[in-house]
Amino acid sequence: MAHAQGQQHPIGVYLKIWGLLFVLSAASYLVDYFHFQGYLRWTLILVFMFLKAGLIVAVFMHMMWERMALVYAILVPPLLLIVLLGIGAFEADYTFFTRGKFFGPGSVPVAPAPHR
Amino acid sequence: MTQPVMTSSAGSLAPPASLHGVVADWSSDQRAFKTAPWGKAMMWIFLLSDTFIFSCFLISYMWVRMSTTEPWPNPSEVFALTLFGKNIPLILIAIMTFVLISSSGTMAMAVKFGYEKNRKMTFILLLITALLGATFVGMQAFEWTKLIGEGVRPWGNPMGAAQFGASFFMITGFHGTHVSIGVIFLIIVAIKVLRGDLDHERPGFLTGRKGNYEIVETMGLYWHFVDLVWVFIFAFFYLW
Repeated sequence: MAHAQGQQHPIGVYLKIWGLLFVLSAASYLVDYFHFQGYLRWTLILVFMFLKAGLIVAVFMHMMWERMALVYAILVPPLLLIVLLGIGAFEADYTFFTRGKFFGPGSVPVAPAPHR
Repeated sequence: MTQPVMTSSAGSLAPPASLHGVVADWSSDQRAFKTAPWGKAMMWIFLLSDTFIFSCFLISYMWVRMSTTEPWPNPSEVFALTLFGKNIPLILIAIMTFVLISSSGTMAMAVKFGYEKNRKMTFILLLITALLGATFVGMQAFEWTKLIGEGVRPWGNPMGAAQFGASFFMITGFHGTHVSIGVIFLIIVAIKVLRGDLDHERPGFLTGRKGNYEIVETMGLYWHFVDLVWVFIFAFFYLW
């Protein structure tokens, strides 16, 4: 059986990260409160989101103290999701275009194909 | 007696920082995860699969939101509350976020006190974590009730694109289920800690293995993951 190697770190580490997560959450709430729009809004949301996710995984879930064999096994496979994200965005864009063309205002009703 | 073949990394267990160390660990005998107990490794693998489930939901949500020709309801207004005579946008979700982050903080400290074999502090912190989790689920129930009362359904709503309801109920419902299951398991682990099951190495249910404080860390991984998923839901569903 694996030799148990407990993750023991000073409590100050957790309290500092907790405080940081509070600040980052407040910051992302303020993005909405101050009605930032467009690219500024999206950039800020993503920056705060990735900072929070990184802190939780690295410190609270102890990933920064684990061996690289475990870190790579867990953190590399989700990168595959970028492919799904890309396919989804591409497909959704096309669906939006066809919906606008055939169901949107001013679109020509499609004549039914003649029966033979 | 034949000796097992020692690979280069089997001698010392200092964490190798390079890709070379990863290859050495993975190609070594018996175990790829040298320092992680099996429970922790299995929890991480479960969380990896759960990551894919939640990602499928969030990417589907992106798909329907990008492809709809109707305007998407503004979450800032949909989730606003009137407090003290003032209309504050998204305030309920902000409070829920702070509650969940606080529960993550208490959970992290429970793990620390667990490894120090401080039974009382571990129990108290686990209980606070469970209470904060239950608070979160309660607020979510309130949010669902409010939205259903306003006529939001999985197939349509009075505010805009019909896909809003389907995405909302599916994503927050699945996340809320995770939180609820987490609360139940937090209470089970808290009772084990309080009774001293982990100090006396009493076997748990469905297993003959001796109990130890690693299960608090494994429980913690699940709980932090629930918080992690909420970070993404908060960013993509409520703020975007």
